[in-house]
Amino acid sequence: MSQAIAFYFLSACILGFAVLVITTRDTVHSVLFLVLDFLFVAALYVLLGAQFVAAIQILVYAGGIVVLYLFVVMLVNLKRPPEAHQDPHRRTNWGLALSVAVLVELAIVGGYSYARPAPAFAAPSPAAPFTGNTEQVGWLLYTSYLIPFEVASMLLLVAMIGAIVLAKREL
Amino acid sequence: MVDAVVIPLLKILIVLNATLVAVTYMVLLERKVIAWAQSRLGPMRVGPYGILQPIADAVKLMIKEDITPVRADKWVFTAAPIISMVPALIVYAVIPFGPKITIFGRQVSLYITDINVGLLYIVSVASVGVYGIILAGYASNSKFPLLASLRASAQLISYEVAVTLTLVSVILMAGTLSMVGIVDAQYNQHVWYVIAQPLAFVLVLVGGLAETNRAPFDLPEAEQELTGGFHTEYSGMRFALFFLAEYANMIVVSSVVTTLFLGGWLPPFPNTAPLHFLYAIPSWVWFFLKSFFFLYVFIWVRATLPRYRYDQLMRLGWKVLIPLAILNLVVTGIVKVMLL
Amino acid sequence: MATPTVHHGAMFDTNELVINMGPQHPSTHGVLRVVLRLDGEKVVDADVVIGYLHRGIEKLSENRNWTQIVLLTDRMDYVAAATNNVGYCETVEKLLQIEVPRRARYVRTILCELQRIASHCLWIGTHAMDIGAMTVFLYAFRERELILDLFEEFCGARLTYNSMRIGGLPQDLPPGWDKKVLQFCDIMDSKVTEYEELLTHNRIWLERTKAIGVISGEEAVALGLSGPPLRGSGVPRDVRKDEPYAAYDEMQFDIPIGTNGDTYDRYLVRLEEFRQSLRIIRQATEGIPEGPIVGKVPRLIKPAAGETYHAIESPKGELGYFIVADGKSTNPYRFRVRPPSFCNLQGLRRLIKGHLIADVVALIGSLDVVLGEVDR
Repeated sequence: MSQAIAFYFLSACILGFAVLVITTRDTVHSVLFLVLDFLFVAALYVLLGAQFVAAIQILVYAGGIVVLYLFVVMLVNLKRPPEAHQDPHRRTNWGLALSVAVLVELAIVGGYSYARPAPAFAAPSPAAPFTGNTEQVGWLLYTSYLIPFEVASMLLLVAMIGAIVLAKREL
Repeated sequence: MVDAVVIPLLKILIVLNATLVAVTYMVLLERKVIAWAQSRLGPMRVGPYGILQPIADAVKLMIKEDITPVRADKWVFTAAPIISMVPALIVYAVIPFGPKITIFGRQVSLYITDINVGLLYIVSVASVGVYGIILAGYASNSKFPLLASLRASAQLISYEVAVTLTLVSVILMAGTLSMVGIVDAQYNQHVWYVIAQPLAFVLVLVGGLAETNRAPFDLPEAEQELTGGFHTEYSGMRFALFFLAEYANMIVVSSVVTTLFLGGWLPPFPNTAPLHFLYAIPSWVWFFLKSFFFLYVFIWVRATLPRYRYDQLMRLGWKVLIPLAILNLVVTGIVKVMLL
Repeated sequence: MATPTVHHGAMFDTNELVINMGPQHPSTHGVLRVVLRLDGEKVVDADVVIGYLHRGIEKLSENRNWTQIVLLTDRMDYVAAATNNVGYCETVEKLLQIEVPRRARYVRTILCELQRIASHCLWIGTHAMDIGAMTVFLYAFRERELILDLFEEFCGARLTYNSMRIGGLPQDLPPGWDKKVLQFCDIMDSKVTEYEELLTHNRIWLERTKAIGVISGEEAVALGLSGPPLRGSGVPRDVRKDEPYAAYDEMQFDIPIGTNGDTYDRYLVRLEEFRQSLRIIRQATEGIPEGPIVGKVPRLIKPAAGETYHAIESPKGELGYFIVADGKSTNPYRFRVRPPSFCNLQGLRRLIKGHLIADVVALIGSLDVVLGEVDR
C-alpha cells in the first residue's frame, strides 16, 4: 500500500517536472527541472530495490551529464526575450496530428500485449553466486552481457576521442 | 516503534546539530591554526581566546542586508547556496561513527543508517553539490562570476573522476560498498587501508583537497585573481552558507578518509592482543580524533603551500591523478587475484 | 575590481577580451593599471598605465633647497627610503666635490644594505602571497619589523627616514646599535633559510615561476632593465661593483647572477642577495672606523653652474639622479630621477605576452615595482 502511494507520488512528480522541462521559458530552469526529474527517477529505482542503479543514476546522469548540459546552456545563453512571438515555421497542426497518431499506436500495442501476456522469461544467465545489488549487476555485466558492455565502452572511447578532436584548435 | 522511528530521528537530530556546530567552529579553527602558523594569535577578543568568535560572525552575517542583484534569477539565486550545503549534510547519513554499542540497555548503532551502496551514495551525493557552484555563478548575471563558477565546477568534476577511480581500489580490497562493511573488512584483514593502499590514500587526500576547492587548488575563489569568484554577488548569510558548505565538505572528506583508510572507529592495530587497552577509549572518540587530524592537515596545507594555476591544476587531475588511480586499481586487482 | 568590456553575442574563445586590472587591485603593488588583451586566457597584449601616484616630486624639488630635497626623496621608493637618500646625497656631493668621512660612508653602507634586506623582505612576502603562499608574507614582515626597529632607533622613523645629509649623516649611531645589528644578522640568516625551505624546492612554486617571463640578457639590456631582473638574465651588472660608492670598494661580496632569465631565477637572485647583504653588513659593522659623521659642507649650499649624474644600486635596480644647478640659486634648476622600477616596468609588456592571466601578478611581483618611484 505505502509502496503504491510512493510510486504514484513519484510518478506524478516525474511527469510534472517533465512537462515543466518542455514548457518553461527559461532554458536554465528547464535543465534544472530535468535534474529534479532524474533525482525522482533515482528514487523510483530505490523503490524497486535497485539501489546501485539509483546511485549510478544520480552520479552519472544528474551529477555528470546534466552538468555538461548546463555548461553549454549557460555559455550560449539561450534566454528567450520576453516579447518573443511564436516561431513562424512552427506547424502546430502537424505536431498535434503526429502526437495523436503515436498515442493511438501506443494504445494498440498496449492493448495487444495486455490481451496476450508474454511467456515466462527464460533466464539466460547462470545464477549469480552473490546476493546484494552491486554484486549481481556486476556478475551479469561480466558474464551474460559482456559483449554489450565492451561495445558500450568502445562507443564511449570513440565519443571521447571525437570530442577532443573537435575541441582542440591545433592537434 | 521506538527502534524504527524515534532512535533514527534522534540520531539525525544529534548528527545534524553536531555538524552545524562543528562547521561554524571550523571557521574559528581555521583562523586560529593559520594564525599560529603565521606567528599571529588569530581572533582573541570575543570570549576567552576568541572562542565566541563564530557566534559574533553568525550574528553579523544574519543582520547584514540581503542583496539580490536586480536582474538575477531570484529562485536560482536563492537556491544555489542551499544546493551547495544540503549534499554536504546528507552524506552524514551513512558515515559510521562507531559500531553497535549498548546505551541504557538498548542496542544502538553509532551511525544513522548503513546502506549496501554506502560509498556510492556518498560519491553521487557529492557530485550533486557541484550544482550549487554553477548556479551561483549563473545567478549572478555577470559574465565573470559565471566563468569562474564554470571553472570551479570543471575542476570539481575532473577530480571526482580521479577520486572515484581510486575509491574503486578500496572497494576491491574490502569487497563491499557499505561503509560499515569497509571498516569491518579492515578489522578482519588486520590492517588499516592506509598501509595496504598508500597510493590510494594519497590520491584521495589530494583529490579531496581539490574537490572541496581548498588550497592549493583554490584558484577559482582566490582574491588575487582578476575575476571575482562565483560568490561575488552574494552577501550576508547566503555568502556564509557557501563557506559553511565548503567546511562541511571538508569535514565529510575527512570523515570518509578516516573511515576508508584509517579504520574508522578502530584503534590502531585492532587485532593485536597487547594493544587491547586502546579499546578503553570509546570508538567514536577514535573516529573524531582521526577526522580532526585530517581537518588539521587541510588547514595546515592551506597555510603552507602556494596555489596552482588553473591549467596546472587540471593537468594534475587528468594527467597525473587519473593514470595513477588506474594503475593502483590494476595493481590491486592483480594482487587480490594472486592472493585469492 | 575588473570592469570588462565584452564583445556581445560572441562565444568566448573566438574573440579577444579586453580586461582592466587596477588601479585598485590587491596584487598590483600600488596604483598600477594594466589593460590586458586576452585570447581566452592567454594575454595577447598589455598596456601599462601609470601616473596614479604622481605627486610632482621633481617639480617640487625645484622650489626647495638642496637640504630640503632629502625629505622628498624618501617618498619615492618608500619601501627603501634610505637608499634614495644616499643616492641623492652622493649626487650632490659629487657635484660639490665634498669629501664624505670614512665613518659616514661605512654607516651609509650598513643602512643601505639593511634597507636592501627590508625591501627584499617586502618583495618576497608580497610575491609569495600573490602566488598563494600566504604564510611567507607574515614571516617576511616579522623580519622587516626588526629592521624597522633598528632604523627607528637610529633616526626616529620607520618608513620615511630622512636619514642622510649632504656630506654625511645627521647624527651618529646610538650606543649599542652595532651590537643589535649583528644580533639581527644572526637571526636573519636562519630566517632566509626558512624562506628557502618553504619556497625554493616547492614543486608548486617551481611550476608557478619556472619558465614564466623569460627574457634574454640582450633583450634585458635593450629594454633598460636593471637590478635583479637584469642579473636574473645573466648580465653581471651591479653598480656596487662596477662604480663603487659609499664604502663598497672596501667590502667583499658576490653578485648573484641567474641563467634562464625567468621568474624563478629572479627569485633566486634576490634570495642570494639577502645573504650577500648580511655579509656586507657584518663586515661593515665589525670594521666601522671612528671619526666624524659629517664632512666639511658649506653653510649655504649654492653650487656653481653644472650638472652631474650619479647612480647607486637600490634594491630595485639602478637608481640614478641627474641634477642641474644654475649657479644662481639655492635650489636645483632641474632634478631628474632615473627610477629603476620605471624602467623595469617597461619590460612588463614584453614579459607578459603569451602568458596566462594568473601569471600577470607573478610577473609584476617578480619585477618588484614600487609605484612611488615609477610615478614620483
